[in-house]
Amino acid sequence: MRLLAEGLSARRGEDLIFNDISFALGAGEALVVTGPNGSGKSTLLRVLAGLLMAEKGRLKLENGPPEIRHPSELSHYLGHRNAMKRELTVAENLSFWKNFMGDSPGGSGRNLVEAVEAVGLRGIAHLPFGYLSAGQQRRMAMAKLIVAYRPIWILDEPTAALDAGADKLFAGLVNAHLDTGGIVIAATHQPLGLERARQLQMTGFVGIDGGLWHDA
Amino acid sequence: MIALFLRDLKLSIRAGGGAMIGVLFFMTVVAVIPFGVGPDLNLLARIGPAILWIGALLASLLGLDRLFQAEREDGSLDLMLMQETPLLVTVFVKCAAHWAATGLPLVIAAPLLGLFMNMDALAIGATMLTLLVGTPAITFIGAVGAAVAVSLPRGGLLVSILVLPLAIPVLIFGVSAVYAAIEDPAPFLPPLMILAAITLFFAVIGPVAAAAALRHASD
Amino acid sequence: MSENSLAIRKFSDLANPTRFLALADRVLPWLAALTALFFVVGLWLSFTTEGDYQQGETVRIMYVHVPAAWLSMMCYSVMALAALGTLVWRHPLADVSSRAAAPIGACFTFLALVTGSLWGKPMWGAWWVWDARLTSVFVLFLMYLGLMALNRAMDDPARSSRVSAVLVLVGFVNIPIIKFSVEWWNTLHQPASVLRLDGPTIDPEFLRPLVVMAIAFTLLFFTLHIAAMRNEIWRRRVTSLRRLAARSAGREM
Repeated sequence: MRLLAEGLSARRGEDLIFNDISFALGAGEALVVTGPNGSGKSTLLRVLAGLLMAEKGRLKLENGPPEIRHPSELSHYLGHRNAMKRELTVAENLSFWKNFMGDSPGGSGRNLVEAVEAVGLRGIAHLPFGYLSAGQQRRMAMAKLIVAYRPIWILDEPTAALDAGADKLFAGLVNAHLDTGGIVIAATHQPLGLERARQLQMTGFVGIDGGLWHDA
Repeated sequence: MIALFLRDLKLSIRAGGGAMIGVLFFMTVVAVIPFGVGPDLNLLARIGPAILWIGALLASLLGLDRLFQAEREDGSLDLMLMQETPLLVTVFVKCAAHWAATGLPLVIAAPLLGLFMNMDALAIGATMLTLLVGTPAITFIGAVGAAVAVSLPRGGLLVSILVLPLAIPVLIFGVSAVYAAIEDPAPFLPPLMILAAITLFFAVIGPVAAAAALRHASD
Repeated sequence: MSENSLAIRKFSDLANPTRFLALADRVLPWLAALTALFFVVGLWLSFTTEGDYQQGETVRIMYVHVPAAWLSMMCYSVMALAALGTLVWRHPLADVSSRAAAPIGACFTFLALVTGSLWGKPMWGAWWVWDARLTSVFVLFLMYLGLMALNRAMDDPARSSRVSAVLVLVGFVNIPIIKFSVEWWNTLHQPASVLRLDGPTIDPEFLRPLVVMAIAFTLLFFTLHIAAMRNEIWRRRVTSLRRLAARSAGREM
């Protein structure tokens, strides 16, 4: 499986955020997107996740399952927000996403107990999600990545609220995913501790673009 | 999809009792009316079905603005947009869960309030039946408004303003079906069938429109 | 002086939830047994005394209706006292008491409304009329439900206790309105006939079962209230243990 991006550019409102970004990622490869604030890292990831329309360019999947309409259907997206309900217990949250998302072809998700153990928080899955600290909530959101199988992981600032120990644990999860032939695209300020990661340095769009209403 | 239905049901029962607040609002609205129009029992019996319908309409609009906004705020909406399952199925299931948590209790509470309005057994039964058939339509119409207003701060009022005009046909046929049941010459079935048709129509149109609005509201 | 401080210490001993739980464990069985006894006697009296020459058998509904209506007001008064305790003395058990009383009060009010309308249908020809007494009791019922919804909406008891205490105190204005509504306005509901300055106007034949039932209902209220307070304390302990578990999880790595 190969994920191809060809000449992507995207707008938010009227502003052109980035222009002409291309890359190709094969199975087992990771792309680390870096750059200063406002350079368009989050926007790029939302375009890859199919949540924003690209202004120009194409996103393609080669040798993937045939019935897929957009690569986002094979992707996990971990944004700034955890997509977990505070009122429900951790186990209810995770089992909901496991049932709702299902597994992509070519793999299967792990069960809840294993997933919670993998993020190092055994024994608190029965608690309401709102009781957990910010770091614990983030780790439980990562457990969501492994309860439902998706070959492509799109991670936006995944380790923002985490301490050093949890950082390492997360790097272990990502490396394990790469070892089984997954693809990881992560935007981050911090080094993630990934071995075979390629870098994409975002600079933001620096040219002049007046947009639709401008006469230039 | 059953998982989504159960999750939404659990949330509305747990989080501050969203289900209970709708019924409370319904009861309060209906209880206020006699203070306005006076305690004349005959008058109340005559306007009772209309009062119950208006109360139910307002009460079922109450929690609608949170239908998608809560999902958007914690990021769940992003994940729902990405799935292979069509978004309109997701929207439909969310509407069904919302109706089961807020609309169904209104139908169940209606007979009690009917007694307060001095309505007779036939009128109460007819009101219950029309509410059962008609309130899902309000939820489906409301889903469109909720989806359009999803990214707005203070979208709650806007949803009511957007949805109320569209819900007027439901109100018209609901109330006229009840009066047809009570007053002899008018037949009961035709307005009820039209009401059912409106519900089925919006059960299709509502999720399609709401899904389209949600796709374009994401940024 | 020393007696006074002893009394204060006794009082604050009771404020200790653990002491309260121990006390509740000892008192509850006796209270429950006493309640059952009074109910047996009261119901037996209710069904064996003669019917009214005007109302016939329906008068027996009164033996449930009147005590339930009294209790619905007394329960709110207990809640108002507890709210004062929360706001003025910051008594830890006061909020527990107020929170535990709301559903019980709602049940008694509902019982009063239901029995009242069962009586009203044959007597007045309607399940419900909008006169001052009935309406103000219905408002009380809505207030109970509103307080319950408020208590459920705020999951942190430390913050919600003050807010709901303020609301309870504001709502207390309704209690005198209910009590005197039958005298201030000319209503369908008959005026008070038991608790009057010039003595009861009710026949002793009806008064006896009514008083026994009133005592039974009062005992039932205290039994339920203490049990509900115990549950509330346990619920809070479970919550704080869970928060503790969440904080300590994942520390070892």
